[in-house]
Amino acid sequence: MTVLRLAGALATALLVGCFISGCSGPQRAARTSSLKPDDKRHQAPDFALKDADGKVVHLSDYRGKVVLLDFWATWCGPCKIEIPWFIDFQRKDQQKGLVVLGVSMDDDGWQVVKPFVASMKVNYRVLLGTDQTAQLYGGVDALPTTFLIDRQGKIAAVHVGLADRKDFERGIDELLQGSVNASTRFGMPALFAGTR
Amino acid sequence: MQAQGSSQQYLSVGELPKLAGQRNASVQAKIPVTVMGGFHVNSNKPSEEYLIPLKLTWTATGALQAGTIVYPKPTQEKYEFAEKPLSVLTGSFDLVANFKVAPDAQAGPGAVSGKLRYQACNNRACFPPKTVNVTIPYQIH
Repeated sequence: MTVLRLAGALATALLVGCFISGCSGPQRAARTSSLKPDDKRHQAPDFALKDADGKVVHLSDYRGKVVLLDFWATWCGPCKIEIPWFIDFQRKDQQKGLVVLGVSMDDDGWQVVKPFVASMKVNYRVLLGTDQTAQLYGGVDALPTTFLIDRQGKIAAVHVGLADRKDFERGIDELLQGSVNASTRFGMPALFAGTR
Repeated sequence: MQAQGSSQQYLSVGELPKLAGQRNASVQAKIPVTVMGGFHVNSNKPSEEYLIPLKLTWTATGALQAGTIVYPKPTQEKYEFAEKPLSVLTGSFDLVANFKVAPDAQAGPGAVSGKLRYQACNNRACFPPKTVNVTIPYQIH
């Protein structure tokens, strides 16, 4: 378990490092268009984070749904571009089984997050992130970092940095058409290598 | 919280000259700063309220009294993620810190310590606020 988690973190660190250093060019790195094939996906780590009302939310609460998990912060300009897209996705696709979850990585917590969320008219659930959760997902240093999680709770795509709206739309549509497997469990460490 | 999660720095502070002065003298330190290529940091007066400014804060000044800090003139750069140009700093620049030697300062060496806080982005992603330690040695004559 620990070895797998370390491997996952290392793989993502390499991937993010590649993004940061521009080894494949930021433009290209941020514009992932295709989902990983089913057999290459790994389980998204479960987490327990609080929402604005203090209610503890687990990723596993959304078993059977397609989850767009967005790590963001109020000081992040690119995040502000994507958030309105996610508002649209939530409104348009929630009846089809999409759930958007925002995980704020703001140090100043709800004091800054609540007004921001209100001003952006965010219509999806926002949680306050922790170091632990970020580590589970490979560190999440670059924001935004957004994971598309399939109905089986597996990571189908990772977008690091400002992505392309159409990439998200294509990925979400494809995942919403996938079969539901409610018996699948969350909680295994994610290995992100090759997810982008 | 996650903000300090990665040790990766996107800005570095160069070698700092040793200050020297007598009691009541004004002294000035040029603090050379370099932002990693492909990145920018917000200026000390960002163009958007939500952005985190570059800010140097002294934590200990010893026998020196802290004065004004002069930040470089920012540039206005347009990025894909912002509607308007942003007030940013890139490449290499100097911060200028002014001090006055305290009237009761004891002769001898010392050091001023501070923290430079910044928040960096490239053209597609932003990175959590970081701090870099700044230590300026001085000699009171």
